[in-house]
Amino acid sequence: MWAAALAVAVLLALPAVLSGYAVTIFILIFFYAFLAQAWNVVGGYAGQLSAGHAAFVGVGGYTAALLFERGVTPWIGMFAGGALAAVLGAIIGYLGFRFGLRGFYFVLLTVAFAEICRILASNVEAVGGAVGLYITFTGNPRQFQFQDQRAYYYIALALMLLATGVTALIERRRFGIYLTAIREDETACEALGVDVLKYKLLAMIVSSFLAGLGGTFYAFQNFSLQPGAVFGIPLSVEIVIRPIIGGAGTLLGPILGSFILTPLGEVSRSYFGQSGLHGAHLIVYGVLLVAVVLFLPQGAYPYLRKLLSRRNIA
Amino acid sequence: MTEPATSSNRPPTFRREQALLLEVHNLSKRFGGLQAVKDLTFTVGEGEIVALIGPNGAGKTTAFALISGFLAPDSGTVRFAGRDLRGLKPHEINALGLARTFQIMRPFPRLTVVRNVMIATLGRHRDTREAERRARAVLDEIGLGAKAELPAGVLTLAERKRLELARALGTEPRLLLLDEVMSGLTDAETERIVELVRALNRRGIAILLIEHVMRAVMSLAQRIVVLNYGERIAEGRPEAVANDPRVIEAYLGDEEVTRAPA
Amino acid sequence: MAVGLTLIFGVMRVVNFAHGDMMVWGMYLAFVLATRAGLDPYLAFPVCAVALFALGVVVQRGLVDPIIEAPHEMQILLMLGVALVLENTALLIFGPEPARVRSPLARLAWEVGPLYVDVARLVTFAVAVVLTLALSLFLYRTDLGRLIRASADNHYGALVIGADVRRIYATAFGIGAACVGAAGALVSPILPFQPPTGLSLSVTSFNIVIIGGMGSLVGAFIGGLLVSVAESLGAVFLRPSLKELFSFSLLIVILLFRPAGLFGKRTP
Repeated sequence: MWAAALAVAVLLALPAVLSGYAVTIFILIFFYAFLAQAWNVVGGYAGQLSAGHAAFVGVGGYTAALLFERGVTPWIGMFAGGALAAVLGAIIGYLGFRFGLRGFYFVLLTVAFAEICRILASNVEAVGGAVGLYITFTGNPRQFQFQDQRAYYYIALALMLLATGVTALIERRRFGIYLTAIREDETACEALGVDVLKYKLLAMIVSSFLAGLGGTFYAFQNFSLQPGAVFGIPLSVEIVIRPIIGGAGTLLGPILGSFILTPLGEVSRSYFGQSGLHGAHLIVYGVLLVAVVLFLPQGAYPYLRKLLSRRNIA
Repeated sequence: MTEPATSSNRPPTFRREQALLLEVHNLSKRFGGLQAVKDLTFTVGEGEIVALIGPNGAGKTTAFALISGFLAPDSGTVRFAGRDLRGLKPHEINALGLARTFQIMRPFPRLTVVRNVMIATLGRHRDTREAERRARAVLDEIGLGAKAELPAGVLTLAERKRLELARALGTEPRLLLLDEVMSGLTDAETERIVELVRALNRRGIAILLIEHVMRAVMSLAQRIVVLNYGERIAEGRPEAVANDPRVIEAYLGDEEVTRAPA
Repeated sequence: MAVGLTLIFGVMRVVNFAHGDMMVWGMYLAFVLATRAGLDPYLAFPVCAVALFALGVVVQRGLVDPIIEAPHEMQILLMLGVALVLENTALLIFGPEPARVRSPLARLAWEVGPLYVDVARLVTFAVAVVLTLALSLFLYRTDLGRLIRASADNHYGALVIGADVRRIYATAFGIGAACVGAAGALVSPILPFQPPTGLSLSVTSFNIVIIGGMGSLVGAFIGGLLVSVAESLGAVFLRPSLKELFSFSLLIVILLFRPAGLFGKRTP
């Protein structure tokens, strides 16, 4: 508890001493940790591998941006976006879980939905088509726009803490305990009186709602939304890979994963990107993913904990 | 041949005073060309111990799956505590007070033993502390208290069988369906489970068990239902069933019969 | 004409994320052989098959094998990692521009009554049919082939009868990759490709494998036919940019209303 409070205090004070570039990196760390934590609820705790979480970010971002064009402040649009993303999550979840798609087939279903969102967004001119949406810069904080990057830093930090708080709450309650069992054996859960469909669906809704909130942040930090960037598979991969590497189904795994991967991704992206070699960071991700699956199947966080406290070797 | 007139088919007198808890009526299930369960009818009374026996492949586990809602019957009905279970999902049936174990045990391997049981107790006790207290009580009763903090994946076969039982018990059932909770155990371990089942029954829990360990069946069951090829071929008190020529034939003929095309 | 490559996907039933990317590697290999060595893809496809066979065996032996007993999810993630590496290495080496292999055959067309028949497509189709027949002969008529089918059905059962399951899996995976490599080389003169093509190829193959299912020749053939007819119809009625939309929607429909009996084995 003390360690957590200390860590938060340090993160709150940090922008005072960081360079502008470092602040941008931290914004990305927090933002991706937030999305990763959102994914963690359904992908980590409930064990339902969604590889289409970009769809929720995209729906959330597009909703807020389109509402903003019509004069609705993103502070409200954010929740409208989250709600719409949750509706999409509920639809995908209901179809997937009701029809009993597990493992690989659920992965495919989520990818297919995300890709359909991407193709629709690129082809419907009313939402900007392939060019996407651009947000007029006003610099007005009431419109989720800030001159100072440090404001985004604090918002991203708040989002990360929000998702982590929600996850911590879930983890302690019946809901979270059920999810960990659903991940292990759904049939056994049913025999013990657990309404598996209901809890998986709930997990999906919470997860997609949070990811949908993230869409607004993305849109109003970048001042633009491109279908390929917010709905595309690369973003879904970014979201999935952090908790897997940090430790899926653990509270701190997604955060640890983001602290490891985001700087790594940024460095290799800018380093190789300058020489025109795009996608190099995805190779790094791929190699890491393979290595983690082979050598640290639980992810880095549980491994670290075991190292730190040698006593619980079960 | 739906009601074979065996001598043991007379309703035993002791059942009259008992209220019927489980009523299985004309239950049938077919898998492709295989008639797994055919016109199966039997009952379990409140507080009774009934054993379901029969050669391998006789349809016992299928019958369990039909009763507990994991499979939908082609025809026939299952009533529990007066309520028709048609269309109910397994977790809804469990909530009514009918719990089952699995022949192939299904512990949550990465969760601790106490968490495993909490999944069961949380159904009746939303508060996690209360659920944990109940789970520990069940574990103590079943003799797994010392293993509560271990991940279930490291338990021995006998311990996993008991965990399976503990979890079913954690849902606070009125009727417990036990699918071979004694097979593969040593005599001493079997004896402990028998004692345990007896103790549960004394607390008023009715028990329907599938078992191949005949010594356990004979000492536990008040009534035995014998299945062969999905059909009930005999029913009655243990002594009567054991001497029933059809039953003896079904078991002895098992070898040749299973090889013949069904 | 997707039938050609789809036949091969269907028979092997090895569904994984890296499949499409392996195929793209087959295409690029054909591309390199054609531009550097002047080798026509229709002659080069065995080379691609052998190369991809080796890649498949290495992936299976080195990566999949150690976690074969692990939960299914881990294997999905593993193949996702492999797919990322394969796709982006291709991107790194060959760049994002679409490539196409030239073959003299590709410029020929025969006039058959009112129809023009593309010779290249015909050859691709013919080779694919021959390969598929050879593969099914191998799977159904040789001991190793039978063992592969047995292990695919029942891992544990194959272990019990004392089969060298590791070797069988490596071979199966290798053959799957080889087919994909050959298919890649064969369609490289017809289909322009770039590194991200892998994903849409994977989606097409999933559609076919899930529809056709069961690793049967007939199933794969019918599955391939249905999917390619559906996709061509979709292309006629929709804008070309929406063609992909159609295949993804098809994937969802197929996933939800899949033929029964195909999926039970994969869930633990």
